[in-house]
Amino acid sequence: MQLNVNGATHEVDVEPDTPLLWVIREELGLTGTKYGCGIAACGACTVLVDGQPTRSCVTPADTVEGQRITTIETVEETETGRRVVAAWVEHQVPQCGYCQSGQVLAATALLRDVPAPTDADIDDAMTNLCRCGTYNKIRDAVRSVAEG
Amino acid sequence: MTFLDRIASRTPVNVSRRGFLAGTGALVLAATLPLRPARGQQAAEGGPAVQAFLELRPDGTALLKSPFHEGGQGIYTTMAQIVGEELDLAPDSFTVEIAPPGGPFGVMGGFRLTGGSASTRTSYDLMRRLGASARAMLIEAAATRWDVEAATLVTEPGAVLHPDSGRRLAYGELAADAMDLPVPAEAPLKDPSNFRWIRTPVARLDVRDKSTGQTKYAIDVEVEGMLLAAVRHAPRLGLAPTEVTNRAAIEAMRGVHSVHLLDGAVAVVADRFWQARRAIDEAQIEWGPGTSKWPMPEDFSSAGFRDTLASATGEVVQIEATGDAAAALEAAGTVIEATYDAPFVVHGQLEPPSATARFNEDGTLDVWLPNQAPEQFMTAAAAAAGIEPQNVRIHGQMLGGFFGRHFLYETANPFPQAIALARAVGRPVKLIWTREEDFLRDAPRPLGLARFRGVPGPDGPVALTAEVVGEGPTGRWYGAPPGRDASATEGISGKAYAIPNSHIGQVYVPNPAVIGYWRSVGHSMHDFMYECFLDELAAAGGQDPYEMRRGLLAGNDRLTALLEATVELSGGWRPGPYEAEDGSRRARGIAMASPFGSEAAAIAEVSLEDGEVRVHTVWTALDPGQIVNPAIVEAQVQSAVALGVSQTLLEELVYENGEPTARNFGMYPILGPDRMPAVRVAILESGAPMGGVGEPGLPAVGPAIVNAVAALTGQRIRSLPLSRHDFG
Ligand code: FES
Ligand code: FES
Repeated sequence: MQLNVNGATHEVDVEPDTPLLWVIREELGLTGTKYGCGIAACGACTVLVDGQPTRSCVTPADTVEGQRITTIETVEETETGRRVVAAWVEHQVPQCGYCQSGQVLAATALLRDVPAPTDADIDDAMTNLCRCGTYNKIRDAVRSVAEG
Repeated sequence: MTFLDRIASRTPVNVSRRGFLAGTGALVLAATLPLRPARGQQAAEGGPAVQAFLELRPDGTALLKSPFHEGGQGIYTTMAQIVGEELDLAPDSFTVEIAPPGGPFGVMGGFRLTGGSASTRTSYDLMRRLGASARAMLIEAAATRWDVEAATLVTEPGAVLHPDSGRRLAYGELAADAMDLPVPAEAPLKDPSNFRWIRTPVARLDVRDKSTGQTKYAIDVEVEGMLLAAVRHAPRLGLAPTEVTNRAAIEAMRGVHSVHLLDGAVAVVADRFWQARRAIDEAQIEWGPGTSKWPMPEDFSSAGFRDTLASATGEVVQIEATGDAAAALEAAGTVIEATYDAPFVVHGQLEPPSATARFNEDGTLDVWLPNQAPEQFMTAAAAAAGIEPQNVRIHGQMLGGFFGRHFLYETANPFPQAIALARAVGRPVKLIWTREEDFLRDAPRPLGLARFRGVPGPDGPVALTAEVVGEGPTGRWYGAPPGRDASATEGISGKAYAIPNSHIGQVYVPNPAVIGYWRSVGHSMHDFMYECFLDELAAAGGQDPYEMRRGLLAGNDRLTALLEATVELSGGWRPGPYEAEDGSRRARGIAMASPFGSEAAAIAEVSLEDGEVRVHTVWTALDPGQIVNPAIVEAQVQSAVALGVSQTLLEELVYENGEPTARNFGMYPILGPDRMPAVRVAILESGAPMGGVGEPGLPAVGPAIVNAVAALTGQRIRSLPLSRHDFG
């Protein structure tokens, strides 16, 4: 099947229901997208599918054929993504970092759609788990981008 | 910690010319243990065996080998900050990597591990001296070059200056000269009042890569020609696979290379991990009796084990005693009794465990894996492979969280399986444990229980006794006997309050589960038990919990200051219940802990929402004596508070029929952003010897929350987590 990942079309030869996560990691070699739980509970595997944050560990690859898939590796190719990454650095958000690809992408999608999110908007959009407990810094970083 | 006492003074040595980096023009410093001076000399004659802590390169950057693994706690940045301070080189000029096993990196008195909140405090002096030695050598090299007295030279970050003539040479231009110089016996250390970077919030070296998906973890390791593997473990230790009844069908699945019966597990090796995983999920496995050092009884349940601990009658081995608690209890009119318990909890580090193994043609073995103790893993990997330890290379990786998960626990680490599979298939193998397998074979924090008796009094408790029942991880893995296993009692032992009659003892009861270290270890549950029982005694004695603690700390200036700072941070002591601005009824609780050489206090504010406890704010003060990076300390406290809230509200690994009932975060919820409280942190530097930072922020959080719940509801909770209790 053909997948459009980070602006390029990739021909991949996998079982159609292979989770997008493993296609991205193993067929395309993009390891910034992380496996944490495999059951849509943690968000470490978040990618953007047509701009929407999507938990790729439970997304069969054949369901996103023809859609635009964005992974963390190209997050800085948009203005919002650049500002989110800059805010993550500015606020020194990551600890172990394992969840942060997903957090950055979730924040990027939120701030692109809702440049000035309310607390409730942030609550709704930022649901990924962080075992290191960086939640308060994540929130600070999201707000700082919003206040820009 | 006893190993702190064993750390002798260490001296950096110049190993620039010892072969392995000769010709690069880099100044390379190692540090040896004076206890074994022969080692460095032998290496000097025998070849390139001396490994380097610090390389200063011609381009002016530095490569620092950290004895400690980075897993989010900021140790790489901290190490660069300490060395950079004395070397006079900006921390962001450093690249920091994990030091390989062996060599001079056993900075904890001949060994090392990343744990016990010990990294910075055990290596602070050595790292300073390493930087100072390198700086002195660069000055010496410049003095020779300019033919002036070394004493007339100064440095600025990254360069030596001769103020009289205005001349300047960058470190990179001097590195080649400095490499031929002897290491000064005693390079002077900076006066702390002149610190440029230590005690400032230097930016972390790793956040940009971690914000852009560039950081590589063990799970991302790629080795040429490798196959991928997935396993399914026996539901209980002590069972062995006898047969895969649909083996042929499994082997015929796409990408599958082979199926393997391992010790207590079945593995599928395939071209891709997903193919291996899909195949192992399909496997129909017959399990029969096998052997295990820690066989799990078929009828084991965590509820039953709690009852076993509650009613255990074994010998009470004394840990601490003051006064005559038995007599005080005997004579008392009122005796308060309570039993507290805390459950098994998993580490839940977000990166699932993995290991990659490769046998080489020369008979050596490379292993890439997460770990917190490289030398131990090297020895264990050698044993698993049946080869000599010197033929094993351990490649430690950035840890996607650890919290105690990556110590060496028999049956809890994937690398022996990866080694067996690599040997069996004759190719490199990367094995990833799914989250489900991680839950099944994690070494959880042991279920713990303590039985308290106390005599309340108008000026604080007259007597307090505690019997801590169970087994600690240090007893399990390092043979510490009951009474000398701090991990089994810390947080009930080691408290600072002046109670006139007290007796703390351990009743050893072995735990059938494979148990491990979990962030703040015994403190993670015992401080909850003690500090909550203390509040029970306060209530029985008609005292305010804060005032009572102040009284029990009279004369202890450090802890009085800490307690008062916490109260001040929270805007004044206000136990409640009271009505908050949003109309909710709230109350606050307070607690303290003395973990890992540091001191901590916390106040938590809670309310009830739909019958569940909501934590609004945690105010916490930490006094680690002295610190290196306030931003990193603050981040560690935030992180520790989050884990403390998580385990207090939510976490419990339940066993039934010898198996954990949860195998992933679905059935075992952990703290998400929706329940994260605001956290206000005060860092105090009392000047006491440097204590730990990574764990000490955790233990006081739980009891502060539970004490707040008691203030709010009148319900005294003695069993975690709070989610199993009904608050109507
Ligand atoms: S790995 Fe996809 S949500 Fe956890
Ligand atoms: S930074 Fe470690 S899991 Fe989020």
